[in-house]
Amino acid sequence: MHGFSVVLTPYNLVLMFVGVFLGIIVGVLPGLGGANGVAILLPLTFSMPPTSAIVMLSCIYWGALFGGAITSILFNIPGEPWSVATTFDGYPMAQQGKAGEALTASFTASFFGALVAIIMITFIAPAVANFALQFGPPEFFAVYFLTFCSFIGMGKEPPFKILVAMMLGFALAAVGIDIVTGQLRLTFGFTELLRGFNFLIAVIGLFGIGEILLSMEEGLSFTGKTAKLNMKIVFETWAKLPRFWGTAIRSTIIGCWLGITPGGATPASFMAYGIAKRTSKNGAKFGTGELEGVVAPEIANNSAGTSALLPMLALGIPGSPTAAVLLGGLLIWGLQPGPLLFVEQKDFVWGLIASMYLGNIASLILVLTCVPFFAAILKIPFSIIAPVIVVICAVGAFTVNNAMGDIWYMLVFGVVGYAFKKLDYPLAPLVLALVLGDAAESAFRQSMLISQGDVRVFFSNTLVGSITGLALLALFWPLIARLIARGKARLAQ
Amino acid sequence: MSEQGPRTSAESGISLRSAELVVALLTLAVGLTVAIASYKLGARWGSDGPQAGYFPFYIGLFICIGSVANFVACLRVRDGAKPRFFVEWQGLKRVAAVLLPAMVYVAGIYLVGIYVSSMFYIAAFMLILGKYRIWKSVAVGFGVSFVLFLMFEIWFQVLLPKGAYNVLGFVGH
Repeated sequence: MHGFSVVLTPYNLVLMFVGVFLGIIVGVLPGLGGANGVAILLPLTFSMPPTSAIVMLSCIYWGALFGGAITSILFNIPGEPWSVATTFDGYPMAQQGKAGEALTASFTASFFGALVAIIMITFIAPAVANFALQFGPPEFFAVYFLTFCSFIGMGKEPPFKILVAMMLGFALAAVGIDIVTGQLRLTFGFTELLRGFNFLIAVIGLFGIGEILLSMEEGLSFTGKTAKLNMKIVFETWAKLPRFWGTAIRSTIIGCWLGITPGGATPASFMAYGIAKRTSKNGAKFGTGELEGVVAPEIANNSAGTSALLPMLALGIPGSPTAAVLLGGLLIWGLQPGPLLFVEQKDFVWGLIASMYLGNIASLILVLTCVPFFAAILKIPFSIIAPVIVVICAVGAFTVNNAMGDIWYMLVFGVVGYAFKKLDYPLAPLVLALVLGDAAESAFRQSMLISQGDVRVFFSNTLVGSITGLALLALFWPLIARLIARGKARLAQ
Repeated sequence: MSEQGPRTSAESGISLRSAELVVALLTLAVGLTVAIASYKLGARWGSDGPQAGYFPFYIGLFICIGSVANFVACLRVRDGAKPRFFVEWQGLKRVAAVLLPAMVYVAGIYLVGIYVSSMFYIAAFMLILGKYRIWKSVAVGFGVSFVLFLMFEIWFQVLLPKGAYNVLGFVGH
């Protein structure tokens, strides 16, 4: 309750609505996603008090989570990767003239998923943080290790591509001055490289410019449905929704689970859709415009997106690229995310959690009232949107360090992002590694110092041993799963 | 993420396979650079613990391993009857149509600053690629730059680059 009193100042409430509004725009526009929307706006918040800044930034995040659905349903263009599954049934519904229903269902589902995840964060996060207070460097490294291993083991891209993408992130993070010895690393004598690579530049380039290049190649032309959304449709749809309680519960669990372990919102939405299809009575009709097919992925992606913030706050390990950007923001404001945050910055943590509740309510209100407006944004032709987004990205990249060189890096990252996306190299592990690289490295080196270079320190007690073991299990999971399948096949013969 | 839909056009382009191989070679080169540079820096165990290159050396090594694995994996995949494209020439042209002007735009920032350069970039993009009328293009370009100017220079007091020839000097910024 204390948190609400921190957040409920008129200034913060205005920021909240501004944030949600910007977030929805960011979510609706192709080429601007939650991660780089937050990245571009981060420098603007440096002058604000940290609590207000994080309120605004997290609201951009909520807005983007909600906004992705609008384009998926009306235009069959997922504004965000996690709303791809929403197009399967959302767009057919829009074609049948039931766009209003689909939108209402998706917004309500988003709201529900996020709400459950926030409630979970409220109760579990302090406990996790408390537990994590006992962590030393080996434990922290083990947790980082688990994070990265589960990316490799659970990602749907080829494991070696994930490995390369992730390690490139680590390598980029290592450029610049070594935090322990003060030596220059990988600068090759260029003074421009002394600063190292800022992850914000990478995010803006990889996601923003890369996406523009992709959309441009496809020669996007918007041919969308218009939506009329009045209160009658909203209430009628709400009356139908309670029927899907089973799907709702399953999708929420999938979402929360994949959000905490860094699976992220995208796989969560696909998995929820798949499971709903298998378990629903109308499963066979999925893909032709079933309301349930909109509800399942939307609940899952929002609960995943929200619960991704739990490990970020409690352990300092973000569960998604956008959470990684928020984490970077915390570091810039001088707040060290992790268990101590709950002890030292109570106001901030509970303010943030309270803002999640309020931000979601604000999002729901805004999306329900402003759909025609946001749909109108999409009517702006791509040949206007594209250069404007490039300009916004350039401005965002410049303001991070006030450096012209960063704008060039942004373009290079854009080309890399374009190529990587086309070739199925995942971008999320790259960004996470870039953000966490220094922290993971110092945890590793401190552990090595403690143990005098003995790797067995990562198995020295039950806690660290079980985390490391879990990490190795996650890392080799694709192999293990294959072996199990082969064993079963042999038994069956 | 980028599942290629069935292509109907019988156009040609850069094949997916060669793009995969080139990217694997590039990441291998990056991996080698990182590993060698870190090794030179000292990737061993110093008197006071791991040296500065210790961690990056293994990172570089992992990049090499992954790249080689990707390269081999790509070689082993047999292309089916129809070759798949990384990008078709038509698409590549459209990508270049965004990328090259964007580079000119960034170079322009050095000369005339971000506001003027943005205005020209947006206007030119609309005029040439969007085939809009000239007054419309200039209006949108000017409008966006003007809003940016208000936001950054006046409200947030964040100064953006003005370039070597500050055309906007007359407004006092």
